[in-house]
Amino acid sequence: MIKMSLNGKQVELDVDSSMPLLYAIRDIAQLTGTKFGCGLGLCGACTVHLDGQAVRSCVTTAAAAEGKSITTVEGLSNDEQLHPVQKAWIANKVPQCGYCQSGQMMSAAALIASNTAPTDSEIDTAMQGNICRCGTYPRIKKAIKEAAKEARADSLTSASAYSEQESQVSS
Amino acid sequence: MNNTILTTKTETELAVDRQSSTVRKVSRREFFAITGATGAGLLLTANTTANTTDKPTNAATEIDAAHLNVFVSIAPSGEVKIVCHRMEMGQGILTSTPQIIADELGADWSKVTAVLGEANSAYGRQGTGGSASIRLHFDHTRRMGAVARTMLEQAAAQKWAVELTDVKAENHTVRNMITGEALGFGELAEAAAILPVPDKTNVSLKKTDDFSIIGKDVALQGVKDIVTAKAIYAHDIQLPGMLIASIERPPVVGGRVKSYDASEAKKVAGVVDVIRLKDRSYPVQVQPKSGVAVLATNTWAAQEGRKKLKVEWDLGANQTHNSDEYKKELKRKVSSPAKKIRSVGQVDSHKFNQRNTLEAVYTMPYHHHMSMETPSATALVKNGEADIWSGTQSPQWGKSLALQELGLDPEKDQAKVRFNTTLMGGAFGRKSKNDYTLEAVELSKATGKPVKVVWTREDDVKHGFYHSIAANYMKAELNDKNSCDYWVQRVAAPPIAWIFNNDSTYLENSDLSLGFADVPFAVQNMSFENQEVSTHVRTGWVRAVGNLNNQFALGSFVDELADKAGISTIEMWMNLLGEDRQFNPREQGFEGYTHYGQTVDKDNTDYVLEIARFKRVLNRVAEEANISQELPAGEGWGISVGYSFNSYVAAATKVRVTGSQVTPLEMHTAIDCGLVITPDRVRSQMEGAMIMGLSMTLESEITVKDGAIVQNNFYDYPSSRMNQVPPMFVHIIDSDYAPGGVGEPGLPPILPSITNAVFHAIGKRVRDLPVSQSL
Repeated sequence: MIKMSLNGKQVELDVDSSMPLLYAIRDIAQLTGTKFGCGLGLCGACTVHLDGQAVRSCVTTAAAAEGKSITTVEGLSNDEQLHPVQKAWIANKVPQCGYCQSGQMMSAAALIASNTAPTDSEIDTAMQGNICRCGTYPRIKKAIKEAAKEARADSLTSASAYSEQESQVSS
Repeated sequence: MNNTILTTKTETELAVDRQSSTVRKVSRREFFAITGATGAGLLLTANTTANTTDKPTNAATEIDAAHLNVFVSIAPSGEVKIVCHRMEMGQGILTSTPQIIADELGADWSKVTAVLGEANSAYGRQGTGGSASIRLHFDHTRRMGAVARTMLEQAAAQKWAVELTDVKAENHTVRNMITGEALGFGELAEAAAILPVPDKTNVSLKKTDDFSIIGKDVALQGVKDIVTAKAIYAHDIQLPGMLIASIERPPVVGGRVKSYDASEAKKVAGVVDVIRLKDRSYPVQVQPKSGVAVLATNTWAAQEGRKKLKVEWDLGANQTHNSDEYKKELKRKVSSPAKKIRSVGQVDSHKFNQRNTLEAVYTMPYHHHMSMETPSATALVKNGEADIWSGTQSPQWGKSLALQELGLDPEKDQAKVRFNTTLMGGAFGRKSKNDYTLEAVELSKATGKPVKVVWTREDDVKHGFYHSIAANYMKAELNDKNSCDYWVQRVAAPPIAWIFNNDSTYLENSDLSLGFADVPFAVQNMSFENQEVSTHVRTGWVRAVGNLNNQFALGSFVDELADKAGISTIEMWMNLLGEDRQFNPREQGFEGYTHYGQTVDKDNTDYVLEIARFKRVLNRVAEEANISQELPAGEGWGISVGYSFNSYVAAATKVRVTGSQVTPLEMHTAIDCGLVITPDRVRSQMEGAMIMGLSMTLESEITVKDGAIVQNNFYDYPSSRMNQVPPMFVHIIDSDYAPGGVGEPGLPPILPSITNAVFHAIGKRVRDLPVSQSL
């Protein structure tokens, strides 16, 4: 049994400790928003937050999540209030097939959480581990800047759904 | 319950409709009851009870909705559901097809929800490939909207007791033109649904100028589901009691299991069964490759069990295939005369003047689609019937293969196989082949349980249907007008037809129509030839198909000719293209030209090649990119242009070359795809094509050693990453020609635009891709 906080809820997952967190999330917890892309941590499709840090769940064991707080794309927002990254993704019509986008958004959300004014090269650095085969990078970059701007404005008012969400997740 | 089906349906199709399955999301409460799992899960269930409504959709059942035809249903609230019968893989068809229907319907887009259609012959052709969803189906799709609109108008006219010509559907209402009264679609739907369905060939269509949704950047369908993780891909299907299968397949095409030992595999916790798939015979078709499947209660257990399998293979004759040697063989082959495909004037007896003649051979390696989502399908075969979920470009083909696999009658037993579709996490041609779907069917039949087949990335890379490795030979003699009078082209590449017919050694006319023998140059003497080859791997349709190697060769060669003549590349293109005119390859020595499946006759010349349209995109891209600007040493612009899938695309790329390092600095694409349905999705396809073109040209290739694919994963088949992508710009030409394709035409001209840029940066010509192997 591996105990962890998954999207703000305490869960116990009956999994082999060496099972990658990706399959614990998808097959056992049945949250399918986190995607398989390569199995080697090369493409970022499986990105989730572990205690707020973006990690590749396909190369993170379930055991490494023991006692930790995991946020998947399902926990990025609630239905009423989308995360700034999700809003910017819609506004910029980022997705094509959409498959890699949960991983892209989780990497982007982690970036913005620590840097609300990322430069182009900071975005490149944070995002180069996430492959999009459809080629949505120019829009992702634009969307991240917009989301960062919103996060920046929100942090000034300190009453954002985003920060509420984050605190809920980490609590 | 209603009778409002399209008049074109057969009895069989009706039976399919009546038995159509629906997929619904179960509530969280139900989910917990079924699985006992914690967490918010997504579960799809098959509702296979016969229903008598004509509702071939996989959307949540909406009991109150009135079905005007198989595409359009309207709820009393006015909410409209439109089926997208073409498959969504990222190209945006889930928006574009409903957009066409909604416009003819007179709907308010904000009240329209698109629903992905299951496999059903009532929709017309669903095979999604060849950039065909709009260019081949625009008229049919419009008529589906017009039929439904006519029914709403008829219902309103009856209600008001006026003539049909006195009412007009617009913005989700039907207006009485005499009294000014209006009725909403929701108010009319029930009455409309019981009317006889008008003949689709007799309904009126809007004038182009009256389009209000077509051509507009409307809100995308399904995008919120994607960003909130509610979208369902093939990997995401979960059924109660489902097993996950991971399959060890023979490394060489035609290989078979000699023996295997599953004892260790079966000891892995979670492994339930190990099953040897049946051997298949040549031709390979789109069949599974056979092998040994490990079935487990979760993906990890299946993969761990598979690692413990011991399999001995009988590799078969293709184990002698090595792509390095094969490429050399292709180069040799194209260097001598071959079967003539198209001949203009007289080249054979011409003695080429060596001083003015340029001769070159270009090669392109095998390529893989590498869609982010690996192939996956789920099947539940029970009591001689099947429910299937697959992310496929070919649902109808998949269904007919599943019927065959199960020994069912392809016509009479249609209703016994419910073929549900999911979004595809990319496809690029790979998922037109249903080998993975059939694996799920075979394994579910063998176990009696629901089985989801999940391919690892290595499975995907090693068991694909690759773009054919190819060699293209070019030879031309420059004349004193800086154009050419004598021109020879040859191509040698394993034909895709081989997968269906072992004896196939030459390319088909449909392959040779892809930017090879349809070169529209004003050159008096030309010869286009195809050399025969043997085939040893599964080849298939990869985005733009033969246009990739053919346009790479042509675009590079024109650049080389320009350099030899001492003029700009754009001037050389203009000289070779010649006077503005219509160019029909069938009338220019290539009788077998296939026009990308279009009908072309004297009344319909929209699909004849137009020289002016080539020039327009070339000039536009050159101007927008400002390619004549002075650049620092080590930097250069490259351009190219091509016609494919009835669209014209020119590309310009600027690079900096430092040592063997090529850095793209800026990219432009200009496209004339005729009438545009969704401008933003045209832009997104062009952006995607530029990005895919970068890694395809610069660094990736599939190679074969001893019959087996060498590459494994993203580390040895790299795909462009964000930090490798320069600023890029898309320019769409205003055009009122019939709509052309969009998904594929953007890719081919990117390849030579990059290698030409390398040449203009450092004077080094790259004739063999990828660039990383040549610089």
